Amino acid sequence: MLLQVQDLTTYYKTTRGYVKAAEDIYFEVEKGESLGLAGESGCGKTTVALSILKILPTNAKIVKGKIIFDGIDILSLKEDEFREKIRWKGVSIVFQGAMNALNPVYKVKDQIVESILLHEKNTSKKEAEERAAKLFELVGIEPSRIDNYPHEFSGGMRQRAMIAMSLACNPKLVIADEPGTALDVIVAAQVFKLMKELQQKLNLAMILITHDLSIIAELCNKCAIMYAGYIVEYADVRRIFKNPIHPYTQGLIDAFPSIKAKRRKISSIPGSPPNLLNPPLGCRFHPRCKYAMEICRIEKPRLIEAEPQHFVSCHFVSRKYSGDSYENNS
Amino acid sequence: MKIIAEARNLRKWFPVRLGFFKALFSKRSLFVRAVDDISFYIREKEILGLVGESGSGKTTTGRLMLRLLEPTGGQIFFEGRDITHLKGEQLRALRQKMQIVFQDPYESLNPRMTIGDIIAEPIRVLKLANDEAEIMEKVSSILEDVQLIPPDEFTFRYPHELSGGQRQRVNIARAFVVNPKFIVADEPVSMLDVSTRAEILDLMTSLRDKYNTAFLYITHDLALTRHVCDRIEVMYLGKIVETGQTDDIIDNPMHPYTKALISAVPVPDPDSRRIEITIKGEIPSPINIPPGCRFHTRCPSAMEICREKEPELLEVERGRFVACHLWGR
Repeated sequence: MLLQVQDLTTYYKTTRGYVKAAEDIYFEVEKGESLGLAGESGCGKTTVALSILKILPTNAKIVKGKIIFDGIDILSLKEDEFREKIRWKGVSIVFQGAMNALNPVYKVKDQIVESILLHEKNTSKKEAEERAAKLFELVGIEPSRIDNYPHEFSGGMRQRAMIAMSLACNPKLVIADEPGTALDVIVAAQVFKLMKELQQKLNLAMILITHDLSIIAELCNKCAIMYAGYIVEYADVRRIFKNPIHPYTQGLIDAFPSIKAKRRKISSIPGSPPNLLNPPLGCRFHPRCKYAMEICRIEKPRLIEAEPQHFVSCHFVSRKYSGDSYENNS
Repeated sequence: MKIIAEARNLRKWFPVRLGFFKALFSKRSLFVRAVDDISFYIREKEILGLVGESGSGKTTTGRLMLRLLEPTGGQIFFEGRDITHLKGEQLRALRQKMQIVFQDPYESLNPRMTIGDIIAEPIRVLKLANDEAEIMEKVSSILEDVQLIPPDEFTFRYPHELSGGQRQRVNIARAFVVNPKFIVADEPVSMLDVSTRAEILDLMTSLRDKYNTAFLYITHDLALTRHVCDRIEVMYLGKIVETGQTDDIIDNPMHPYTKALISAVPVPDPDSRRIEITIKGEIPSPINIPPGCRFHTRCPSAMEICREKEPELLEVERGRFVACHLWGR
């Protein structure tokens, strides 16, 4: 197993209290596998990514949990060790918003070279520059553009440059945070295609963070659905789409019309996601859930294995599998 | 069905501001040709989708139709009347019949006004009510229409107290409160969360049914257009390249650009994985529009003629127009 995240809980301290951005997050990623992390904005997807890379803002705190990467418990590593061993060499990230993620006053090449030199002390500048040129080729930017500044790049090229940078130190796992947003449909499709090709070519593991389920359907093997800071469902991507169990997942999939499907009324989930300063007690989804029962208001459901390799956190399912028959009551 | 709004050979060129010396010595002035000679119409009660990448001129077209921008050339008709050069009081009277819903619900509501005042403002400006009581009555009935219930609870709130979806409802209420015949909806759901997106679209269609309003629905999201729009116009670099019934366009796109757009939309089904993208590069700058067919620089089936001659929008099937040399013969 390449990456194991267990019970990861991250809070942000604010003047109004703790924002419970991620709670009891659990998932695993194998070598060469791609996991989609889906959910609406503010559900804690990015917090999970930043926790894995240990680049959380200063007011954030990992309250509990374990992150094991390649057999190493990375939360117990010191910052220096982490930077030397894991960050960029083991795990790297493609940040959200390609338009703004590059520093406008440095050449793109220099930014890639910097990331190589910072994490690999033994590499010479010349070697790093050669590698940067190779990376440009790999992501499909003309090597002649290497001396350009970010503003001379189009949106798609900037995103490619960000991908090149993430691959600079041959990581085993790349986290891509909303790689398609801010790009046009066609350019986004080009970027996704590139990511898929690179993933297969380099046997990369990938965590794809997005709110767009259809991108996960196109690119990922596994999928974890997050809602209001915790994982509500986690399974193989086919299972998630063909047999969603959690009411939130069902609602989310229904909210995604397919361009191929016949014309239909698109459904939605009533209400809006809760404020994580003060999330609802019990199951955080219960105020929007049409199946909510008494217990959902009181007790938080645990993530249980409802079917083999299919994890769900919902009281409906827990009851079913603990022998209680909910069918009689409903 | 009667035609409610129509554009004929509509053009909007924005002058490019140059530096002093450049302006002094350059022989010709530069223009961003945002909308470059397009014609289309919207019928009563119809939802017409205007689709294209960013920079294709969708938003400019929407604003031109409402006379929020002055066209450089061409004509705009509303209810059969040429409104291209209307001014002052006449234009203001027209505003009652055409409204807009903006893209960003976080930026388009004045943070210092209450929801009630925001919605009442068009009534006050257009003097559609005799007294304050009538205004309040109208405000609460439209709040009910957009399902901000109970209305009394929302009237005195401020935008920051509302979620994105609720704000967009306020935007829609503000547009509908004057009972318009035609609404331009400029990417009304692109900033919203996926779970609330559908509600807003539903609301728009149900209000359309109730008030018989026509919509120009501007979007880049083709997957949604299929489920919302009656007809689609596909725009590329200021031109319309294809138009027809929604299902026809999506099931059987004819223009290579439309084909590419549709094939680029990811499908939420793991069994039909297929990102096949045949076109390269990004949309060129509307300052330097390629000669001939504007799309030839990215087109997988470009021919010799495409570099020289601009294709016309021709009817290839009933109600189906395509601007492409592949179909022009």
